[in-house]
Amino acid sequence: MTDKIISAKNVELKFGRGSEEVVALKNISLEVGAGEFVSFIGPSGCGKTTFLRTVAALEKPTSGHILVNGVSPDEARTNRAYGYVFQSAGLYPWRNISKNVSLPLEIMNYSREEISKRVSESLNLVELNGFEKKFPWQLSGGMQQRASIARALSFDADLLLMDEPFGALDEIVRDHLNEQLLDLWQKTGKTICFVTHSIPEAVFLSTKIVVMSPRPGRIVDVIKSPFPSSRSLEIRDSKEFISISQRVREGLRSGYDYNENKG
Amino acid sequence: MTTMRIRANKFLKKIAEKILPILTILFLLTVVWYFFTIYLNSAMQIDKYDRQGISWNISKLVLDTMSQERPKLPAPHQIAEEIWKTTVEKKITSKRSLIYHSSITLSSTIVGFMLGTVLGVVLAVSIVENRAMESSLMPWIIASQTIPILAIAPMIIVVLNSLGFSGLLPKALISTYLSFFPIVVGMVKGLRSPDIILVDLMKTYNSSKVDIFFKLRLPASVPFLFTSMKVAIAISLVGAIVGELPTGAVAGLGARLLTGSYYGQTIQIWSALIMASILAATLVFSIQAIGYLVSKKMGYTNEEA
Repeated sequence: MTDKIISAKNVELKFGRGSEEVVALKNISLEVGAGEFVSFIGPSGCGKTTFLRTVAALEKPTSGHILVNGVSPDEARTNRAYGYVFQSAGLYPWRNISKNVSLPLEIMNYSREEISKRVSESLNLVELNGFEKKFPWQLSGGMQQRASIARALSFDADLLLMDEPFGALDEIVRDHLNEQLLDLWQKTGKTICFVTHSIPEAVFLSTKIVVMSPRPGRIVDVIKSPFPSSRSLEIRDSKEFISISQRVREGLRSGYDYNENKG
Repeated sequence: MTTMRIRANKFLKKIAEKILPILTILFLLTVVWYFFTIYLNSAMQIDKYDRQGISWNISKLVLDTMSQERPKLPAPHQIAEEIWKTTVEKKITSKRSLIYHSSITLSSTIVGFMLGTVLGVVLAVSIVENRAMESSLMPWIIASQTIPILAIAPMIIVVLNSLGFSGLLPKALISTYLSFFPIVVGMVKGLRSPDIILVDLMKTYNSSKVDIFFKLRLPASVPFLFTSMKVAIAISLVGAIVGELPTGAVAGLGARLLTGSYYGQTIQIWSALIMASILAATLVFSIQAIGYLVSKKMGYTNEEA
């Protein structure tokens, strides 16, 4: 075991061929240590989601090396090393909340007692106990997303990959869920990779912020956060918060030419 | 008390909202029907008056056009009377009971429909799980439906008869031939309906193809299955009736249609037709009701039923 949960070296990924070719990731080198909360931020097309998918073995890099928990992403998937949360909750409409959370456990052949224990634990973590028998359409968007986080937590993987999980929610709900997520991260000590479009969200949550830029998708800046792991929403008014936000913004601007498409 | 009355009122209102439009159209159709009954049958009636030297006026003519024995177009009440006589007043075992004939047609409809559903689901699964199957099977499946069923039905009956199959099975197979198609199309769509992220999600659990199929694709396809089953059962009935035409018309609604046309028994033809449409409506409604219950049990919202 190594305490580097993810280590990527010169990862490159291309989609398509010839004139259709798009370089989604170029020269990505990055390490994520155990217990870190890493945000990936950048405009659309910068490869932040693609990188997450590469870690999850949903995409294969064209060249370069990537290790998850010290093994290849494919192997890490076989070991069930990570839970993945998508932008939309992706709950199964024909399963109630507890059945949705138990889905991965059923596939991984857990015993019935173990399943019911883990389901109630996971629902507890996202404060959804009492909603076991409700169907997804009976829940608000924020609650659905919490249920999908509970589903990713249920089999107790050390690594949580989250692809803009709160992107479709309004700001008030999002603030609340961000606090809950921080709380959950501290309680469980998991490593979290979190893709987002929102600068305040990234700065508020992360111990490390990875600023990315499109065409080709690359890392332009990696910022370590000075904030303690236990933090409240108030830090958003502090000087450090504003200066880190500024640095993120500059990173985004430097890597992105807004007139590129007009040429 | 008042809440109950309000609830009852709401219920009645709901019924009225659903039934009134249907009744309005039914009323208009009946009016048009009577008009055409009088219009189409009057020439023959006047001819009869002339031959027999009977003096007549308009009201006598109108009444007589609606009570001919072999009218060009029987009046709705004549058909209703015939249906009443051949269902309620006849023993079910009688060869002249419309219930007896309906049950013959119904049994081959159901058997054919069930075979068609199984065949359709099997084909759809193999198409979704195997690309080669899609490119090799799909064109033939579509081609099979371009052949007029009236042309191929006698062939099926003759071939199966010479192989020793007669009675219910050949007719059921014609229903199968028609009904598997909507099932294939609907199920392929249903099995492919899950969002790409749901499939990706299953992949992150390192789940097998079998798991993806049984835990994701199959449950997601259920609403699609019921929609196509509604189409399939209606055309199964058509298939069964068509299958009864070339068999020499021994029994079944198809036989009633055929013997009716042999002897110019228009009332018999129309009552068999009406019976067939009542049957079709009942079958479609039953599938819809089962589909509704299943969706509700599965937890889908009501609007998807």
